[in-house]
Amino acid sequence: MEQQEFIPHLFRTEYRKITSVLCKLFGIDHIEIAEDIASDTFLMATELWSIKGLPENPTAWLYTVAKNKAKNYFKHNQIFRDKIVQQVQYSTSEIHEIEIDLSEKNITDSQLQMMFALCHPAISTEAQISLSLRILCGFGITEIADAFLSNKETINKRLFRAKEKLRIAQVKIEFPKEKEIDERLETVLTTLYLLFNEGYYSSSQDTSLRKDLCLEAMRLTFLLVENKQTNTPPVNALLSLMCFHSSRFEARTDQYGATILYQDQDKSLWNEELINKGKYYLSEASQGNRVSKYHLEAGIAYWHTLKTETTEKWESILQLYNRLLLIEYSPIAALNRTYALSKANGNAEAIIEAEKLKLTDNHLYHSLLGELYRGVDATKAILHFKTALSLAKSPADKMLISNKILDFEKKA
Amino acid sequence: MKDFLLIFRNDYKSTSQHSPEELQAVTKRWMDWIGGIAAQNKLTDKGNRLEPSGKVVRSSELITDGPYTETKEFVGGYIAIKAASLDEATEIAKECPGLSIGATVEVREVSVL
Repeated sequence: MEQQEFIPHLFRTEYRKITSVLCKLFGIDHIEIAEDIASDTFLMATELWSIKGLPENPTAWLYTVAKNKAKNYFKHNQIFRDKIVQQVQYSTSEIHEIEIDLSEKNITDSQLQMMFALCHPAISTEAQISLSLRILCGFGITEIADAFLSNKETINKRLFRAKEKLRIAQVKIEFPKEKEIDERLETVLTTLYLLFNEGYYSSSQDTSLRKDLCLEAMRLTFLLVENKQTNTPPVNALLSLMCFHSSRFEARTDQYGATILYQDQDKSLWNEELINKGKYYLSEASQGNRVSKYHLEAGIAYWHTLKTETTEKWESILQLYNRLLLIEYSPIAALNRTYALSKANGNAEAIIEAEKLKLTDNHLYHSLLGELYRGVDATKAILHFKTALSLAKSPADKMLISNKILDFEKKA
Repeated sequence: MKDFLLIFRNDYKSTSQHSPEELQAVTKRWMDWIGGIAAQNKLTDKGNRLEPSGKVVRSSELITDGPYTETKEFVGGYIAIKAASLDEATEIAKECPGLSIGATVEVREVSVL
């Protein structure tokens, strides 16, 4: 890896490890100090390495510097020392010598505990995702702003307020108690699910950033699977769902950045390895007797990985969507269900059902109706696609819909 | 939006006269129907089926077995929906797939206590 690429990459992976370990040590009240020490460490690395070149073991170098900076902070900050050092004493009687444990085990444990702390119901899901991106994923403020189609100032404010709320709620950085795990996991899974969706469906043009968001969501979910206490069926179902979806990453955007719809994708670009991983986690998820929404969505995603169009495929997808909607309504599930209905029961029935949804300010609703009216009523189809175009916001969506309209006009 | 309970009654005897394939087809259409209501965000409770046997209590002294599955108006299950009016709820009920095998749907607005 070139040094220009190597340092940002290292920053991301090591920043999040150092921050989590220090946060865990200092407590949520001092989350900023942990972030500052981690940032300072990297600032020093960038300055020094650009002059002297890379050290032999950059990671070890970073850990040593971070440890020293943390220890210095303790020494020079009287209030912090009085308040915190006593709390973080484990067994040592030496008050000034503080242990900063950057072992692999403590890093993983700290990251898992931070995950539970940041995905706390006291803050909005948007804030949970932003904070997770910053602290658990090591994303820069600019990157987070890009992902949310926002600006640095807004994101900084959002992060600041979120940290304030976590402090007020006195959120502890610890593992939830055995009997609370399932309930707390639910919030964590929602955040990871939304983080993945932010990458998969986001309107950001930056495809490599979007891919990164998906990979980060998968990495964090994988941390949960690797940990015995959090390796539950819904977690496996979520990871399975993410694997199935990301298997189509290469096939879903064209060279101009326009979205390629599922039915128009080049199936040879679907990633077999990810599909197989998805199947593995889906079978892991089938233990236990609770069917979560992630199970149903993973099931839907599984059927989508089958390349041959059969009645069974779309009938299964339709029934899974029916069950998913019984658990939780969402406009996107309602629209996708209606598409599956058209494939399983025919367009005539699907048009009647689609029009009942009345999601008239959603561009996907009009795109769906445009699709359903194809071959039934070309005028209505074009009209719906034109409405969809006026409602669509992202350039990728606009391009896709414009192409559909062009196709119709060519045929007319 | 108002809340409505849809109560399904069927003729137990006539239901058992249908072939397993017919009943399976009804089950699929039933799921599509419920899924369709949920897709409109109008399903408030997916409801349940009721076991065929039970007891009927009339006064503390008078408890009988029942309801009898021989009766035509045997309550088999329920769902809860929301709709703008009784008319709209009735339109939804009209599409119940059970109607094709002799079931009836009673539409009742929920009067909140």
